[in-house]
This record gives sequence, C-alpha cells and structure tokens, in this order.
Amino acid sequence: MTGAAGIGPAGGHFTVPVLQLGDVLLVTLQGELHDGMAEQLQQDITDRISHTRVTGVVIDISGVEIVDSFLGRVLAEIAAGAGLLAARTVLAGMRPAVAITLVELGLTLPGLRTALDVERAMELLGAASRPGEGSP
Amino acid sequence: MQVSVSVSVSVSEENAEQEPAAQQVSAFLERRREQIAQRWADAALFRTVFTVSRDEAVEAGRAVAAALAAVAASGRLDDIRASGFEAVRDQLGRMAASRARTGIDPDGVAREVAALREPAAELLRAEFEDPNGPEALECVVALTVLMGTLRLVVMETAVSASEELIARQREQLHEVATPVIKLWESTVAVPLIGTLDSARSQVVMESLLDAIVAERARYAILDITGVPTVDSLVAQHLMKTVAAARLMGAECIVSGIRPAIAQTIVHLGIDLGTVLTRGSLADALAYALSRQGVGIGPVAPAGTAPAADAGVR
Amino acid sequence: MRAARHAAPATLPIGSDADLAWVRQQVRQAAAELGFGLVQQTKLVTAASELARNTLVHGGGGQVRITPLDTGQSQGLRLDFVDSGPGIRDLEQAMTDGYTSGGGLGLGLSGAKRLVHEFEVDSRPGEGTTVTVTAWATPVSPSRPGPP
Repeated sequence: MTGAAGIGPAGGHFTVPVLQLGDVLLVTLQGELHDGMAEQLQQDITDRISHTRVTGVVIDISGVEIVDSFLGRVLAEIAAGAGLLAARTVLAGMRPAVAITLVELGLTLPGLRTALDVERAMELLGAASRPGEGSP
Repeated sequence: MQVSVSVSVSVSEENAEQEPAAQQVSAFLERRREQIAQRWADAALFRTVFTVSRDEAVEAGRAVAAALAAVAASGRLDDIRASGFEAVRDQLGRMAASRARTGIDPDGVAREVAALREPAAELLRAEFEDPNGPEALECVVALTVLMGTLRLVVMETAVSASEELIARQREQLHEVATPVIKLWESTVAVPLIGTLDSARSQVVMESLLDAIVAERARYAILDITGVPTVDSLVAQHLMKTVAAARLMGAECIVSGIRPAIAQTIVHLGIDLGTVLTRGSLADALAYALSRQGVGIGPVAPAGTAPAADAGVR
Repeated sequence: MRAARHAAPATLPIGSDADLAWVRQQVRQAAAELGFGLVQQTKLVTAASELARNTLVHGGGGQVRITPLDTGQSQGLRLDFVDSGPGIRDLEQAMTDGYTSGGGLGLGLSGAKRLVHEFEVDSRPGEGTTVTVTAWATPVSPSRPGPP
C-alpha cells in the first residue's frame, strides 16, 4: 500500500498541495485525509478561486485509497462552491476500487465532472471553455 | 511411475496375525502382476478410462497392482494413508475424475473399483491347492480388505479432486466469460454472454474498470446481446457499472438490448434513466468514435488515407 | 497458505479525526492480511470509516474492536463499534438513505450496510450504540495464485 505514510496514532501532519497552472487550480489529494483537513481544504480552495481568476479546478484523487461519504460531500461542495464562483471542477483519477465502493455506498456524485487523469481533466476544461462545444 | 519392490522384506510389528496372509497377498500381487493387470484392463473402470489403447490400461493396472503389493507388504491393509498408495494416488484421482466427467455418480465409481476385486481373487484362489481351504480363505479375506481400502482411497481422492475442479472451473468461468476488448483508441468493450449473477457482475465491473485505466479509455461499451434475460438485479448491476465508470471519467454505453429485453425492462418498471443505450455493438462503437471526432464513411474511391486513421486522437 | 499472522483481536479508541485515520489504516491492514481483495478491502475500510465517524460524531466517541475470523473455510473480519452516547431513537429512520442528523449525506449507516456482508445495530436510548459488521474474503478472488 502506498500513500498512507505520515499517519500515526497521534495524527500526522501534512498539507495538500494546491498548484495554479494558468487559469486552472490543480489540487492533489494523497493518502489519508483527516476530516478537519478536508474541510480546511474546501475553505482554502474557495478562497483561492475568489482571489485569483482561475476558471477551472482539477482535483487529482489518484493517490486516494478511500472516499467515504464525508470526503464525497466535501468534494461535491468544493465543486458546487467553485461553480458559484464561475469555475468548473473536474475530479480526476479515481481508482476502480474507490469508484465501485462509492457506487455501492450510494454516492454517485451526479453533479461532478470526472476525468481519467489530470491530463484528460485539463483537456476537458480546455475544451469546455472553448465556445461552440457542448458539455455531455 | 516407479514402485519400490524391496519393501516386501520389511516386517511390521503390528497385525502379527494378519501378517502372513498380508505378506502372501503381497507376494502374489508381485508375482501375478501381469495377469492381474491384463484382467483389470478389461474391467469397466480401466476400459472406460483408457479408451485409446488397451496397453495404457494394462500399464495403469500394473501400477495399481504394484502399489497394492507395497501396501500389503507393509501390513497396513486397512490404512488409506499407507505410503504405498502415494505412487498411484494421482492416477486414481485422474481415473475417478474421468469417470465422473462421463456423468457416472460416485456410487457407480465405487462399484467399478469394487469390481476389480473378483478378477484378482480368482487368480489368488487358483494359487492354492485347495482354493477353499483355510489358508486360501485367509488370503482372500486379506485381499478383500486391501481392495476395500483401495476403494476408499479412490473415493477420497475423487472427492478432493472434484472439489478442486469445481473451484477452478468457477474461477475460469468468471475469467473466460468476461473478456474486455479494446475496440479502438480509448474505447473498450465487454460482450456479455450468458446469465449475469451477482458474482459475475462483480467480476465484469472490476475487469471493465481496470481496462478503462489500462487502456485510458474514454468510452466503455457493455454489450448485452448474449444475455438471455435482464431482471431488476441485472439492470441494477448494469447501472452500477455505468455509474462507477462515470466516476472514473469514462462514459459507458449499454448496447444490444433486444426488443424482448426492452419490453421486460419496461414491464418491470426499471428505470435505466441516465444510462446511454444503443441498439447494437456497432451503433455503440459508431457513437464512441463520432464523439471522438472519428468519422466513418465509405472509403474514398482513390487517393489519400481514410479519415478513420487521421481522426484518432 | 495459512502462515503466521496475528489473529488476535485489537481494540482502538475513537476520539478524534486522527483516530478515524488510524482505524481506517488498521482495518485496511487486517483485511489485507486475511487475503481480502483490493475492492473488498476498500469497501470494508470505507464502511469502517463511516461507522467510526458515527461513533465519534453521534456517540461522542468510543472504540472499535477488530476481530479476525477463521472458519477453516473462509477468513473474515468483524468490527464492533461501541459508544455510550445518546443512542439512536428511530433506528428505521436512521437506516434510511438520505436521513441525516449530523450534516453528512445521510449515507453513513445505510451505506455502510451495503458494503459488508453482515450488519447489526444494538442501540438503547440513553445508554449507547453498538454497531457490528462482518465481511468475508470471498473465495473467488483474482489474487489467488491459480494452477498453472
């Protein structure tokens, strides 16, 4: 198992890298994410969008081993919040096991755009921002 | 298939009373191995397993007789764990499995093994001046015990072999029945054939999702042309697969819904709602290609490369 | 095949966010050791995460006992989430998809139930709640080393 490093009984500490690439915010989630950290992240992203002029947010969860209903809610809210600030959110890189589990859990995240990986997510945002091309 | 003959010298401390008879039977099995094997080759068990050549049946009979001789020599006539059986355990298992495949039930196999006793007993009795004398009788009893043990060994081997076989077949069935095919750049498909139960649906879902990652697929086609019926459970599995693929960033298309199945789905009140459907696998592929900007049309009569190659991203 | 593994039950506290992460990690490790496939592991860990959060948020904290099971035929893992909180007043309602009392998506109990094989809730108002779930490593697993 990878990515679970840094967590001990006393609680680990690490930050979530948020990178701005042009007008896209790239957020990379990895390993264990405490509930508090997820909520903090939601706050941070919303702040970043309102202070910069990004039009898209890509959340890379390829390094995430589980998404439960709490993290699912946070992700959906990040997307909804970004939407209010006129930015589109794409969730990228969900692992098959995570996808199967989320569906079984009853969490299909209907409002969220998804992509296989970050590259595809960038592509999707680029294509969507061009006029004349419809979204699915 | 070698069987050590030298063990006949070893003398077991237990079964002191049975020992002489057991040793005699062992010596008899060694001495008459060829004749016994010849007779067994005509018995139902050997004859039906070794259909290609009689020599093979005789060879197998020799091995079994040699193994029995080794067991008798050790004096452990009624011990199914006797080391002498080890040499033929595999072979006996294969024979029993082969009989089982023809549809014969375990009882039938047991009877066929039991039927091996008489031809050997006949030869054994002929060894004695008085075939009905006490000495002959004692030896026949010892042989009967030995053959009974053989029957148990066969049955035991057959049971464990068939359990293994079932487990292996179940696994193979799941794997073989769900091949994921790459149809085009970024497009994978699973043609589903046969009944979809819960376990198989799970395998289908997992292999399709894994293929999406491996092939970096944008489109995944679930073709159900070969699925005889779609009940609400199957429909639910299909929708779960579609939802999971979407979460990963791929679009799932269900193709091959036959008219009868479409009717059933409507009758059952199943809402395939957001699931994208197409009549045939070809239609689904055409949809996936057009979405990727790949045009399909008649090849230009002369000149440059067809659009299908140029358009792939 | 049945090599050395610690088959002893373990009890972990649930009192903070960090504890939830630790529970997830320990359940993941126990499930992996018992031969659970990746999807099964993920389902069980997710269920554990939901239930541990319930224990923390609604039960005011508590503990989880992780017990490996071995029937000889199959390997499983039982998790008992115990709290001494206010209890669940209307269990039927609490098990309904979308019902929430704590600001989540209301999928905690009902969702977790769908991720495991056995699910049991014992709740007494004013005394506390115990949720017991069991998952089995299914016999047909692609990770099993098959015959050549």
